[in-house]
Amino acid sequence: MIIEPRQSVSWLRAGLAPVWAILAAMAVCSVLIIWTGTSVFSAYGLLLKGAFGSAFAINETLTRSIPLVFTGLAAAVAFRAKFYNIGAEGQLYAGALAATFFGTGLITLPAVIMIPFLMIVGAVAGGLLLLVPVLLKTHMKVDEVVTTLLLNFVVLLLVGYLIEGPWKDPMSLGWPQAAPIIDEGVLPALLAKGRLHLGIGFAVAMAILVWAMMRFSVLGYEIRAVGYNAGAAEFSGINVGRTVVITAMISGGLAGMAGVSETAGLKGYLTLDLSPGFGYTGIAVAMLAQLNALAVIPAAIFLSAVYVGADAMSRAVNIPTYIADVLVGASVLAVLCSVLFSQYRIRLR
Amino acid sequence: MTETVLEFRSVTKRFGALTANNSISLSLARGEILALLGENGAGKTTLMNILFGHYQADEGDIFVEGEVLSPGSTQAALDAGIGMVHQHFTLAGNLTVLENIVLGAEPLFAWRQQTGAARRKLADLARDYGLAVDPDALVNTLSVGERQRVEILKALYRDVGILILDEPTAVLTPQEADSLFVTLKSMTERGLSVIFISHKLHEILAVSDRVAVLRRGEVVGEIETAKADRHKLAEMMVGHTVTRPKLVPIAAGEPVLEIDSLSTSGSGADALKQANLTIRAHEIVGIAGVAGNGQRTVADILSGLRREFSGTVQLNGRSLPAGDPRGIVAAGVGRIPEDRHARGVVGEMQLWENLISEDIRSTEIAHGGLIIDRGKATKRALNQIEAFDVRCEGPDAETKLLSGGNMQKLILARALSREPSFILANQPVRGLDEGAIAYVQEQLLEARARGAAILLISEDLDELMALSDRIAVMSHGHLSEALPAGDRSIAEIGLMMAGQHESGEAA
Amino acid sequence: MGDIFEILLTAGFWAATIRIASPLIFGTLGELICERAGVLNLGIEGIMTVGAMAGWMWVYQGGGLWGGVIFAAAMGAMFGLLHAGFTVHLGLSQHVTGIGITLFASSLSYFVYRMLLPSATTPPKIEPFQEYAIPGLSDLPLLGESFFTQSPLTYLAFITVPVVWYVLYRTPLGLAVRMAGENPVAVEAQGINVLSVRTGAVMAGSALMAIGGAFITMSWFDAFYFGMINGRGWICVALVIFASWRPGPALVGAIIFAGLEALQVRAQQSAGAFIPYQFFLALPYVMSIIAMIIMARKTKYPQALLVPFRRGERV
Repeated sequence: MIIEPRQSVSWLRAGLAPVWAILAAMAVCSVLIIWTGTSVFSAYGLLLKGAFGSAFAINETLTRSIPLVFTGLAAAVAFRAKFYNIGAEGQLYAGALAATFFGTGLITLPAVIMIPFLMIVGAVAGGLLLLVPVLLKTHMKVDEVVTTLLLNFVVLLLVGYLIEGPWKDPMSLGWPQAAPIIDEGVLPALLAKGRLHLGIGFAVAMAILVWAMMRFSVLGYEIRAVGYNAGAAEFSGINVGRTVVITAMISGGLAGMAGVSETAGLKGYLTLDLSPGFGYTGIAVAMLAQLNALAVIPAAIFLSAVYVGADAMSRAVNIPTYIADVLVGASVLAVLCSVLFSQYRIRLR
Repeated sequence: MTETVLEFRSVTKRFGALTANNSISLSLARGEILALLGENGAGKTTLMNILFGHYQADEGDIFVEGEVLSPGSTQAALDAGIGMVHQHFTLAGNLTVLENIVLGAEPLFAWRQQTGAARRKLADLARDYGLAVDPDALVNTLSVGERQRVEILKALYRDVGILILDEPTAVLTPQEADSLFVTLKSMTERGLSVIFISHKLHEILAVSDRVAVLRRGEVVGEIETAKADRHKLAEMMVGHTVTRPKLVPIAAGEPVLEIDSLSTSGSGADALKQANLTIRAHEIVGIAGVAGNGQRTVADILSGLRREFSGTVQLNGRSLPAGDPRGIVAAGVGRIPEDRHARGVVGEMQLWENLISEDIRSTEIAHGGLIIDRGKATKRALNQIEAFDVRCEGPDAETKLLSGGNMQKLILARALSREPSFILANQPVRGLDEGAIAYVQEQLLEARARGAAILLISEDLDELMALSDRIAVMSHGHLSEALPAGDRSIAEIGLMMAGQHESGEAA
Repeated sequence: MGDIFEILLTAGFWAATIRIASPLIFGTLGELICERAGVLNLGIEGIMTVGAMAGWMWVYQGGGLWGGVIFAAAMGAMFGLLHAGFTVHLGLSQHVTGIGITLFASSLSYFVYRMLLPSATTPPKIEPFQEYAIPGLSDLPLLGESFFTQSPLTYLAFITVPVVWYVLYRTPLGLAVRMAGENPVAVEAQGINVLSVRTGAVMAGSALMAIGGAFITMSWFDAFYFGMINGRGWICVALVIFASWRPGPALVGAIIFAGLEALQVRAQQSAGAFIPYQFFLALPYVMSIIAMIIMARKTKYPQALLVPFRRGERV
C-alpha cells in the first residue's frame, strides 16, 4: 500500500470529507440498530424527527449545540497549534465554578455588564486551569494529553466537594447543587417557549471572532505556523513556547465560556451533571469542522441533533441512548480517515 | 572479472508524469567496483530503492546471479546477498552496535538471541576487514565514521556478495574516506562486488573500476575508469560543459561580523570553545568540518535560535541581539538554514506567507503589527518570486509543492531581498541539482560583490575551496584560524577536521 | 504519622495494594509495549472498558472465568488492530486516533451492556475469581496473607512483568519491537516489515490492557458499572513515562500508586471527618501528574514514538 499526496485538493473534495465521515459513522451505527431489531430507516427517521421535527425540537437542538460550539472551538484552536487539549471538560467546569463564585451574590451589576463579566471570569478560569499543562509542556515537555485528561478528574472532584460542602445551596432540599445565579447574571431566554438562551449569541460571536483571528491576524498566522512546522516557525522568529501558551489560554477560555453559558443560561445553578461530556464531544465537533472555526457551528448543531434525536429515538423504540456516543466516537475516527483520503491517494499495489 | 553477479534489464519507474528511471540496463561483475555517477535527482536513489524493494519497477527485471529477483521485497534482496549502506544511516541510536547488527539476521520467532555466536562472528569480521568497533557501545556514542563502519559490518554480517554504498563519503573526513576506499578494495579482493554511488568525481576516479553515468533517469554512458577523466565525467553527468561560478578576487573591506571568544556550555563535540572569527565586507569565509563538531551551534547563535553563550558577536560594530531571530534579521543578517524542510519553510503554508515570516510583526507588513496587510504581502511575493525566478503557480501556491531548487530560491528571496550586510549560508546547495547549485552560488557571489560578508558552512570541501576567500576548520567545538583558501591543502584540512590541530597555532 | 505506620504493617493494606496494582500492571505493560514499538495508544481507557465489559459479560452469559479473560483479551486486540490500522498503516495522528478509540470503545461497551441488559436497575453480579492461597508460601506471616493469597489474575499480572521484560530484551522479536520504536527505517532495511511489527505490538499491548479491565469486573468486583475504569487508563499512560519505558520500574510504579490508593481508602476512614473524601480520590490523578513532572527531564523516550512510518514515501 502506498500513500501519495494529491497535487491539488479541490474545494469540493475537501468540503465533502466530513460528509463521508458522517455517513461512514452512521453506517457503523446501522449495524447496532439492526441488532436491536429496529429498521435502520425508521430509526434514523425518528432521530431526525426528534432533532428537527418540531419548533420545540429545533429549539432544543440549538440549545444543546451552544456548549458544543464553545468546546468545539476550544479544540479547534488548540489542535491548530498541535496542542492537544483534551481537558475542555475540566475547563468547562472551571468556568462554571467561576460563574458560580462571582454570580451567586458576591457581586451584583446591571445585566448588560454582569453577563459579559461572568463570561470573562469563566474564560479566565478555564484558561488558568490549562496554564499548568501548557507550561509543563513548553518548559518540561510533559505530554499535555495525559495532564489535561487527569485534570478533568481532579476538577470534577473539586466541584463535587464544593457543591456537597461549602457551596451547597441550603435551599436545595439536600441535592448537591450550588446556589442559583442571580437574576442579573442569568442569560435571558430568546424565545417565549423553549430553552434557547443568549448563550447562542456569544457562541456564534466567538466562532466568527476565532475564524477572523486565524485568517487575518498575525497571531493566527503564528498559531498555524507553529502547528504545521514548529522548527520553521522558530527559525523565522516566532516564539513557539509563547504562541502555544497563548493558544492554550484562548482554548481554555473558550471551554470556560461553555461552563458559564450552561450554568448561567441553561440550568441556572452548578451541578455535577452540568456536562454529559461536552468537553470530549467538542473534539468530535472540531474534527468534523476540520478545525475551521466557522464550520464548528454546523458541526456542533449536527452532533447536538444526534444527541437530542437519540433521546427521542430511544424513548420511541428500544435503542439505548448510548448510540449517540457511539456515533460521536465513530465520527472522530471516520473523519480522520476521510480527510486523509481527500488529501492523499491510496494505491494498493 | 567477467562473471556477472547483478544485472538490471530495462528497468523503468514512473511517478505520475515524472519518469525517474527510463529503461535502465546495467550489469555488475564479480569483484568489481562500479561507480554510479549522477546529479541529485538523476535517479540513482530510485534505482537502488527498486533493487531493495522499497519501490516496484513499472517495467523491467533485476537478475542476481542469473536469477530474477522478486520485486517489492527487501527480504528478497537481502536473501540474494545484497547489502546497502544508506547515506542517512539506518541505525537506532539508543541500542547497542551488536543489537543493530543482528536484527533481522536470525529468525524473529525464537526463544532467545544467539548472542555468543553473533559476538564471535562480529569479532572475526572486524578483524578480517579492519573494522574495529565495540559491540556493546550505544550507537549514540559513536563518531560518524564509526557508525558507517557499523553499517558496513551490518551488511558483511549477512554474508553479502554485493554491497551498495550511497554517497558514503559525504560525512567523512578525507582521511576517513581514504581508509574506506582501502576497505572496499580489500572486499573486492575477497570476491565482493561493490556499487559506489557518488557525485564526487575525484573519488570515483580514485576507487572505481568502471563508471556508469545517470542523467534524468537514463544511463547516458558507461566507461572504464582508466579511460575517464574529470572533465569528461562532469560533462557526461550534467550534459553540457559545467560552468560553476568562479570567485573573482575583490579586496576585502571593513569588518562586518566580529566573533570574539564565543563559547557555549556543555562537554559534547557540539559545544563551542573560544571561537574567534572576523569576516569583512566582500568576503566569503568557509567553515569546513564533519557534521556535529559545533557548526550547528555557530549557526544557531548567528541565526538567533540560541541565546545561551558567552563571548561577543558584533555586526557592523554593534552587538547582535541574542536569541532574537527577528531582531537579527532587522539588524541586517540574511539566513539560509541547513534544512529547507525542517527550518526553512512551512510547507503547508502558501508562498506569500513564507515570504513574510521573518518580519510579520513589523508595521511594514501588518497593520499595527497585528493584522496582516494582504495587499502588501502579495505585492512583495510577486516581486520576489520574479526577482529570484521561483517557478510556481503564483504566490498562493502551497509551498511544499515546490521542487528543492525552487524552495531554496524562495528562501534566498526572503533572506537576500533586504540586501543584508551579513549572510549566513548553512549548506546552501545540499541536495540541489547542478542548475540550482549554480544559481545559489551566483547569488552568494553577487551579494559578495555588493559588499556583503558571508559565512559559508559546508561539508563539501570542493564547494568550500571553490567559493571561499578564507577557510576555517571546526573540530570538537574548536574553530581554527581562517586562512586564505590556497594556504592549506585538502589533506591538511582533513587532518584538522579529524581533530589534529595545526602545529604552532595560537588558539 | 503513627497511624500511617500502623497501616503499613497490616496484611490487609498490602493485600489491597497488590489487588489494586494488578489492573495497573496489565495496563502499564500494555501501553509500554505499544510505545516501545513507537505507537502511543490513548485508546487504553476505552480498551480497558471493553475488557471490563466483555470479560464480565462472557461469564454472565454462562462462560467460564478464564474464557472470559481470553475473550476480553481478544476484544482488546481487535481494538488494537483498529488503532494500528489508523496510526500504523494510514499514519494518522496517534493522539486523535487514541481519543477517538476511547470514545468509540467505551460508548460501544455501554451500548452493548444496555442492549443485553435493558432493564437492569442494580448491576447484576457474577461469581468472580476466588483467591487462591499458594500452598506453603501463603503460610508465611504477613507476606503469606498479603502476597500469596490473591486472585489467579493477580499472579498472572506479576508473571507478565518478567515475561514482557524477557521478550523485549532477550528475543529477536523484542529487539525488532524496540528497534521499530527507535528507528523504523533501520527495521525495514533489515528486511523486517515495520508495519507488521508495530501492528502486532499494538494488538498484544491492547490485549493486556483489556485483561487489566477484565480484572476489575471479574476479580476485584463482580459487576460492571458505568465509568468504572475512571481514568485508570490515563494513569497507566503516566506510569509508562514514570517507568522510563522499562517493565521493572513499571511494576514498582504500579505498586507505589496502588499503595497510595490503598492508604487513601484507610486514611479516609480515619481522617474523613476533617478532610473531604474527594481530596483522597483526587490523589492518584495529582500524583500521576507529579510523577510525569519528576521524570520529564531524565527520561529517554523511544525516538520514533508518534512518528508514522510510510514505506517508500517520496519527500
